[in-house]
Amino acid sequence: MILVVDMNSKENPFGFPEFVQPIVAIAEPLEKCHVKHYLEVNEKSLSGYDKIILSGSALKDTTTLDQTAQFTWLKDCGKPVLGICAGMQTIGLVFGGHITQCREIGMTEVETSKANPLFSSTFKVYALHNYALAPSIEFEVLAESASCVHAVKHKQEDVYGVLFHPEVRNREVIERFVEAV
Amino acid sequence: MRLGVLFSGGKDSTLALHKAAEKAEVACLITLVSENNESYMFHTPNIDVTAMQAEALDLPLVRQKTEGKPEAELADLDTAIAQAIKSFQIDGVVTGAVESVYQAARIQRICNRLGVWCVNPLWKRNQKALLEETVIAGFQTVISGVFAYPLDKKWLGKQIDEDLIGKLVALGEEYGLSPSGEGGEIETTVLDAPLFKKKIVVLDAAVEAQGNSGVFRIKQARLAEK
Repeated sequence: MILVVDMNSKENPFGFPEFVQPIVAIAEPLEKCHVKHYLEVNEKSLSGYDKIILSGSALKDTTTLDQTAQFTWLKDCGKPVLGICAGMQTIGLVFGGHITQCREIGMTEVETSKANPLFSSTFKVYALHNYALAPSIEFEVLAESASCVHAVKHKQEDVYGVLFHPEVRNREVIERFVEAV
Repeated sequence: MRLGVLFSGGKDSTLALHKAAEKAEVACLITLVSENNESYMFHTPNIDVTAMQAEALDLPLVRQKTEGKPEAELADLDTAIAQAIKSFQIDGVVTGAVESVYQAARIQRICNRLGVWCVNPLWKRNQKALLEETVIAGFQTVISGVFAYPLDKKWLGKQIDEDLIGKLVALGEEYGLSPSGEGGEIETTVLDAPLFKKKIVVLDAAVEAQGNSGVFRIKQARLAEK
């Protein structure tokens, strides 16, 4: 069972259909999904889930970046995690990274810098962000655009982050996370 | 959240309007009237009907003309959204984007620059399911433009119902068309929908078609009680 974490602020009632449902639509045919809002997730609520996907959120919605205390469970959950956009940024902050200004809206090219199970080579992605992640030394960089880091992996854990939106283009990234990680 | 809806008068922007109204206040419609028939962003037949649709919906309409030149039309969209922010104090813009990252990214950039939310309630939804949703909800939608083989003038003016959706899906499977016209294969005009306080009755229309390209042009219409 996959836990898909809705990373949208309650202020935006439209975040769920735009940023969460497309992930579920890709993952559900491969493995059953259950969605929880990030405010409902803690160490105790993770049992029964094999993997976790953190969704992205709207450009104006950076709420989770100010609520990293809500995500301390990420450090000890011991499960494969994939964070998308705001999900990646939040993972990075929890593990000691920091946020930088980087605006990319639309299709952009990223280049794989380290072999990994999710993607390879140079490919085009859909980006929708005003900020990027400067990861801590606990992470290795998997891919970059001309402007910023686009994918990371924790050096010891199966904790991944992608800044681009694979639910919009490159759905196979989500499929491979569900099937191969 | 107080929203302005980017409104072409077709099924997608009208459905997006209905979904927006379920969870927020819709304060106005925003329409770009393009003089360029080839515009990727805003061209649609019967764009002039949007004034009547706005009246039927009892919503104010921010209407902005554009020559429709690539990128320059984005400046006109920027102007229209800025006007809607100023006149109707909206803090977000709703689009009917489903698959097009070309359109979606450009509108996201403008909203980001102007500091308002960009809301895409139909984003990545299944196209057949969206068509069916409009029929189940009681939309009266006619095909007002066809722009791809093997579609032709026979389709123009036809109302979208379950039978027609089946035919569009079958064509999609055979010829690779998007059943809901995401690739610009078809354009639509909504004559009635649940939020319409009055419905639009077409009094005079003309089919203008050549081969696999044509429009159903509404020349005269009136509002009628429902």
